Amino acid sequence: MAVCAVEGMDVGMGNDILFCKGGGCTAKLGPDVLKHVLDKLPRINNPNLLVGFEGSDDAAVYRIAEDMAIVQTLDFFPPMVEDPYIFGQIAAANALSDIYAMGGDVKTALNIVCFPEKMDLNILGKILTGGNEKVMEAGGILAGGHSITDADVKYGLSVTGTIHPDRIYRNSGVRPGDKLILTKPLGVGIVATADRVKEASREAMDAAIKSMTTLNKYASEIIRNYEAHACTDVTGFGFLGHLHEMLQREHTAVIQGKSVPYIKEAYDYADEFLLTAAGQRNRNFVEAYIEFENIEFALQEILFDPQTSGGLLVSIDPEDADQALEELKALGLPCNIIGEITELQAKEIIIK
Amino acid sequence: MKKEIDARGMQCPLPVIETKKALKELTEGTVEVNVDNEIAVQNLIKMATQKQLKNSSEKITEDHYIVRIEVSGHSADNTGSGGGSNEAGTKAPAMDERCYPDSREGGTLVVISADHMGEGDEQLGKTLMKGFIYALNELEKLPGKIIFYNGGARLSVEGSDSLEDLKKLEAQGVEILTCGTCLNFYGIGEKLSVGSVTNMYTIVELMTNAAKIIKP
Repeated sequence: MAVCAVEGMDVGMGNDILFCKGGGCTAKLGPDVLKHVLDKLPRINNPNLLVGFEGSDDAAVYRIAEDMAIVQTLDFFPPMVEDPYIFGQIAAANALSDIYAMGGDVKTALNIVCFPEKMDLNILGKILTGGNEKVMEAGGILAGGHSITDADVKYGLSVTGTIHPDRIYRNSGVRPGDKLILTKPLGVGIVATADRVKEASREAMDAAIKSMTTLNKYASEIIRNYEAHACTDVTGFGFLGHLHEMLQREHTAVIQGKSVPYIKEAYDYADEFLLTAAGQRNRNFVEAYIEFENIEFALQEILFDPQTSGGLLVSIDPEDADQALEELKALGLPCNIIGEITELQAKEIIIK
Repeated sequence: MKKEIDARGMQCPLPVIETKKALKELTEGTVEVNVDNEIAVQNLIKMATQKQLKNSSEKITEDHYIVRIEVSGHSADNTGSGGGSNEAGTKAPAMDERCYPDSREGGTLVVISADHMGEGDEQLGKTLMKGFIYALNELEKLPGKIIFYNGGARLSVEGSDSLEDLKKLEAQGVEILTCGTCLNFYGIGEKLSVGSVTNMYTIVELMTNAAKIIKP
């Protein structure tokens, strides 16, 4: 779903509201702002709309037959890496991810392009090549798109997939006793920020790019063989923001700080305060629900760090967790069982 | 002494970086940072608090805020850039393994393809390999990564004599990678006790890109 809105966007609703004044630190609206706006939209009750706005889920799901529903999502943003080809891959992997977070399969994709008139068209060519490769890897078809001239480059995809109506992974649905699995390392936002000010090592950036360009397809396909009760992908609201959405203030998650996979250098960069505005916004939004038990500042920042094309966060039956993790590890990215779900306690999220 | 920074119009993390620079140059006095949004104020205060520096902020207009950070003679040593190694009286919890300075030499790759070192007597070979991994820990510049494959895969699993040494290396940031095919072949996939599983693509990529490969 369009949780990734773009700066400068203004939406008229009764009174014209101008959201970002421009010059904001990142291209994503904060979760509290977004919630405020979405809450004002009328709810539509159609029995075939299986997943819509209300649960802040990853994609919309609409049933078209007894055993078939379509999953729709769209995501686009400005570049966070300098190489246009890699940016194309990341933007596409990020957009495709929402289909996988729902447990669906990718069918078609449409390009969304904002590109300055005077910029070298070869750059656009590289972006689209990178994007198309990821769509093909996903088993989908790039079927068209829309482009407009704009002051800055932005790229992404609108993706349509299919899913069985009985096998949708929603954000919510966690059960006490479930284990939580995270399938990619955190910290890519911090590393990309450090890279922007030339303070990231090549290795850190390579690790971040490898993670961001990896499709969640493979993790999603593994998870489907097990009893997963809820699933989302970790993106702009950071690990804790998305975990908070998953818990719905009905359950508590106890997280083992030491088990959380992250890009090692992100820890050092966080200690150097190479932090984004979006990370701080995430902190403001969810901090009240969280209890940190002796968690160092740098790790806290990593847990709030907005992720681009982040991994899946899966609430899985405890009996299945170890075996699923073993299969996920074979995919080659740092991943781990990071905690478990309990009955609701005083705090929604406890990090030890 | 007072230093003034106008960070209005700058995107995060630039206001923080500029402020850090100013703090470093100052042994005593105040750094006054002008920013244009509240999130930047919060990020600056977060940094100052972590560095245990007295701070305050003031809203001038909707898009103008001032953050003041004080450096007193005593806390000057806290203003260095080594955020991870602040000692005296910081509330930072014991950072155990993380207090080590980063002594990795990223480009160095150690490749371990057997559970013994050298040809000849196998028992001797195993003792040598254990000694080799122990000695890696003692290096001034640690390797960036260690890859285990074929018989080497037996060293990163439960029951291995080198487990403790490997965990120490991992705690210092050395990435430990074991070939998944090999673990499966020997039926010890579930016993992997340190690092993560890798595949041939990664192994080839790492070997190709390594600045230096060490193969005992």
